[in-house]
Amino acid sequence: MAHQILVHATTSGDTTTVEALIKHPMDSGFVRDKAGKIIPPHYIEVIEFTCQGRTVLTGYWGPAVSKNPFIKFSFKGGKAGQPIGIAWVDNKGETATSTANIV
Amino acid sequence: MDFIGQVIGVGPKRRDVLRAVAAGAAAGIALPHLASATIAPPAVSSYPAEAFRQTEKNPALQAMFGTSALTDTADVRMEAPDIAENGAVVPITFDANLPGITAAGVLALDNPFILACAYKIPAGTSPAISSRIKLAKTTNVISVIQSKGQLMSTSKQVKVTLGGCG
Repeated sequence: MAHQILVHATTSGDTTTVEALIKHPMDSGFVRDKAGKIIPPHYIEVIEFTCQGRTVLTGYWGPAVSKNPFIKFSFKGGKAGQPIGIAWVDNKGETATSTANIV
Repeated sequence: MDFIGQVIGVGPKRRDVLRAVAAGAAAGIALPHLASATIAPPAVSSYPAEAFRQTEKNPALQAMFGTSALTDTADVRMEAPDIAENGAVVPITFDANLPGITAAGVLALDNPFILACAYKIPAGTSPAISSRIKLAKTTNVISVIQSKGQLMSTSKQVKVTLGGCG
């Protein structure tokens, strides 16, 4: 559980709203640690949300996205009980995936 | 804030979540929402790395969207704070009332790298997206929406009291 993703998806009418909170340092490469050494960049590059085999959103992030990123968006379709998939890959090649059922 | 607290590790809820997960794993229960092995991670090759390296507005737009001609319009709406006390976490929400939207992005003009984030928006997904970005200093933030190939935008100045890039 080094890389935790919290996904919360709710549906009302024909619109599903997804909120996701991802645990990630999102180091920009501009910050120095206590010893004065630059903390190397480490950030999520691509994040993808899927529902029923369909990609509902692809995000491309740079180092300017905040630490522990939060994202909220909505799409048409999606029924209660269907899983939302979320997956990301960062600039070091690390990945994490998670799913959550729409409620 | 409970939802946020669970991930960033504040509040008593985190303990409960961890305990519940540990209990589930110990009992060998296949929790349906943890069945993550079925999802393939996104292809990193699609990442527009060139666009995120740009330090000027026009090359960044060109690399990301294939055009750099911005049209300022009230059809693109953006919510951003007037004053951000902490530049490390600035909530930005954009929305648009335009046909044929395929992509969107947020630019912070005085950041070391101009492009903060970009999204590919398939048909059926709303162009209203909220997220949080870092701002190095007081800057104009531009929300860009690509509609029928054209770049429509709106901008707002955000005053930053404490910079977010160290």
